[in-house]
Amino acid sequence: MIPAPRFTGSVAELPTTKFGSSSLTWWGIIGFMVIEGAGFGLSFAAYFFLMGHEQGWPPEGRAAPNLLYGTLFTIVILLSEIPNTIIKKAARERDVPTIRALMPVMIIAGILLLVIRGFEFNNLNCRWTDNAYASIIWAILLLHTIHVATDWTDTVVLWALMMTPLGWEGRRLVDTDENSLYWRYVWLLWIPIYLMIYWVPRL
Amino acid sequence: MTDVRAATGWTTSDSELERVREEDERLARERTKIARDGPGLKDAELAARLDRTWRRPPGIIGWLATVDHKEIGRRYIITALMFLALGGVLALIMRLQLAEPGNNLVGAQRYNELFTMHGSTMMFLFAVPVMEGVAVYIIPLMVGARSTTFPRLNAFSYYMYLFGGLMLWGAFVLNIAPDVGWFAYTPLSGPEFSPGKRSDVWAQMITFTEVSALAAAVVLVCTILKARAPGMTLARMPIFAWAMLVQAVMIIFAMPAIALASGMLISDRLVGTQFFNQYEHGDALLWQHLFWFFGHPEVYIIFLPATGFVSVITETFCRRPIFAHTIVVLALMSTGILAFGLWVHHMFATGLPRVGYSFYTAASMTVAIPTGLQIFCWLATMWEGRPRFEVPMLYVVGFIITFVIGGLSGVIIASVPLDLQVHDTFFIVAHFHYVLIGGAVFPLLGILTYWYPKITGRMMSDALGKIGFWMVFLGFQLAFFPMHFSGLLGMPRRVYTYPAGLGLELPNMLSTIGAFVVAAAVGIFVVNGVVSLYRGRLAPANPWGAPSLEWATPSPPPAYNFPHVPVVESRTPLWDTGPEMPVLTGLRVDEKEMLLTTVVAAVPDLREPIPEPSLWPFISSVAVGVFFISSIFSPWAVPFGAIPCTIALIAWFWPKEMKRTPEPVIS
Repeated sequence: MIPAPRFTGSVAELPTTKFGSSSLTWWGIIGFMVIEGAGFGLSFAAYFFLMGHEQGWPPEGRAAPNLLYGTLFTIVILLSEIPNTIIKKAARERDVPTIRALMPVMIIAGILLLVIRGFEFNNLNCRWTDNAYASIIWAILLLHTIHVATDWTDTVVLWALMMTPLGWEGRRLVDTDENSLYWRYVWLLWIPIYLMIYWVPRL
Repeated sequence: MTDVRAATGWTTSDSELERVREEDERLARERTKIARDGPGLKDAELAARLDRTWRRPPGIIGWLATVDHKEIGRRYIITALMFLALGGVLALIMRLQLAEPGNNLVGAQRYNELFTMHGSTMMFLFAVPVMEGVAVYIIPLMVGARSTTFPRLNAFSYYMYLFGGLMLWGAFVLNIAPDVGWFAYTPLSGPEFSPGKRSDVWAQMITFTEVSALAAAVVLVCTILKARAPGMTLARMPIFAWAMLVQAVMIIFAMPAIALASGMLISDRLVGTQFFNQYEHGDALLWQHLFWFFGHPEVYIIFLPATGFVSVITETFCRRPIFAHTIVVLALMSTGILAFGLWVHHMFATGLPRVGYSFYTAASMTVAIPTGLQIFCWLATMWEGRPRFEVPMLYVVGFIITFVIGGLSGVIIASVPLDLQVHDTFFIVAHFHYVLIGGAVFPLLGILTYWYPKITGRMMSDALGKIGFWMVFLGFQLAFFPMHFSGLLGMPRRVYTYPAGLGLELPNMLSTIGAFVVAAAVGIFVVNGVVSLYRGRLAPANPWGAPSLEWATPSPPPAYNFPHVPVVESRTPLWDTGPEMPVLTGLRVDEKEMLLTTVVAAVPDLREPIPEPSLWPFISSVAVGVFFISSIFSPWAVPFGAIPCTIALIAWFWPKEMKRTPEPVIS
């Protein structure tokens, strides 16, 4: 019943590691980016849905969030792409020493961003319980903070792993490559959020 | 770059670089000695060695740690069928209550809980998981792979689903079951009108099942796109794989809507946000938009896998390839896209702008076109083929009849005036049970009969199968056809009783009798399944003479699925290949490994290690479960509950062997 095998070739010489869309890690990361992107997209839709009902935005003549810390966050997260790009390139070139040296920079940048984020929450000029406007901007900012914190944790764990002999393994280099890709996603997401929280209320 | 390294102080010494170079050379030498399958290593010896490599450790630890997609798929299916039974018992209690007017078997409050539990169980704990479970079992076999991708994520997804179901039913036993309908409309489900924890239980059950469904969706998308057998180009991919691909992508886009909505609901209830509170500029309709942006695609998330089942059965039992394969695939895709443009037709009674009515009426009617095309393609396949009316095929015929009736009642309620008239009546109940039971459960029962021999190695009883089919088919019509009339007579949904003298007695009594006939038929199906496990005729590898790859391996399949990598040269490989099937060799024998291919052309691309069994997915799901359940009671559970989750996930990822190996192994 089961057809007999007719040997037509061998896959023994195929690689076990490839970067980019050949690797499963890439597909997994893209999958979760799309999931989270759908969540963010819908939260943006909720923001504009609630805004559509209002005469003013923020409603009830409240003040828009203070610009300083949000803008500072934007500058730092955009600058963090410089070491991020170098790490991504180094991963593809199996330049482990550079990765080991630069990942602490990303970790420090992450801590800095989380501290600034704390000040941002304090400068929204509203509490989440005030009204639906306040609820939605708190929610979007919190969702983004979770992403910053998640990638920060990933980076710490990955850095610890890269310091071991396993850092030279192809799979770990793919992980590093994709971790950098994810960080790009985190700051790309931030740009519309920055505009929605800080500039749309000023229009 | 050296400057950067020196400046940060994290340098790598030259002696380490030298060590790494030496190690690279040693590993390259060891790599040549690795055992691989091939003309020199095949048949019994290969099978024995692969079995040693792929078999999981015995005992309870091995059971919890398994990453075998077949084992996980079986658990998914069995768990989902248990929830089907539980949800069915609730339906029977409701039918008993409604059997006669003014009945007081259950009161209004309990009835609210019953229909909420019934709907939530059937949608979230039965319909979606059972489709995922069947796919998790079959898809790797059908595409000729040794495993799903991300097998540990797959295991995690099952445990999340199980814990979500246990939480909901645990709450029911403890008398804190949700009572706000399966869609939990605000403001009814909000803090003002639903004090207590009932709505929170519902919202967190959603969180569990959505995490589970999303994880399984990613597993399926990656398996279908990256793990197909060489030669199985997208153009040759089986229709069931297409259906699951479209369904999984729909899950990825739809589930975040309910995640966001239930998150907002919980935070309104727990920490005082104002998303749905109209006194503080919130809007209850925001809930309905977000819910139905998920809820409508959800219907197709359940229905599309079922259409895949129908295509599989029709092809095999008509002994010819599906008529107009390409059109069926395009129909699946366009249904998947259109499904996201219909959600507002659930909200016609909320008072929308005129143009909204027209647009969503048109869109709702449009979605009937691709579905209609599929039905005509199946009919054409039967017309051109030589149908054998065995049990799975009978379910296909029952599906077509029932689903067409439900589809027609659906097209007419896309029209706003009629929808406003029958909204919230039993007419709607009749309609969606026709499309959900007729459209999804019938094909499911058919496909379970069809794949039963592959999964268990034995055939189900044909006689019991036929009796069961006729009872379920006729009982279903008896139960649900009269609901069209009770609905048109004005009987509302979700009301625990009705007065005498309105002409509602007869249709309700008929519905109740029909419901018990269906329940008896499901009982026969279960008995058939259990008895055949021990008494059934032993199944050969391909008992139905089917064309797809899952039948090219013994029934039940070995842990490694296929001894060599099958190569596909047509859409119906087992019908077109002769007594010999082309295969590729060269995968590792002493460690678990699978082949990845390119997305479109399915050209061999790279070899991928498959993780060893691990307890960490289970431990992670326990940590996440504790997190979710405790966050019903306190917002502090979120930061503190996240800590054990993070630790468990890191332990999951962290390599257990810190030594470099000639080829990657995931320990």
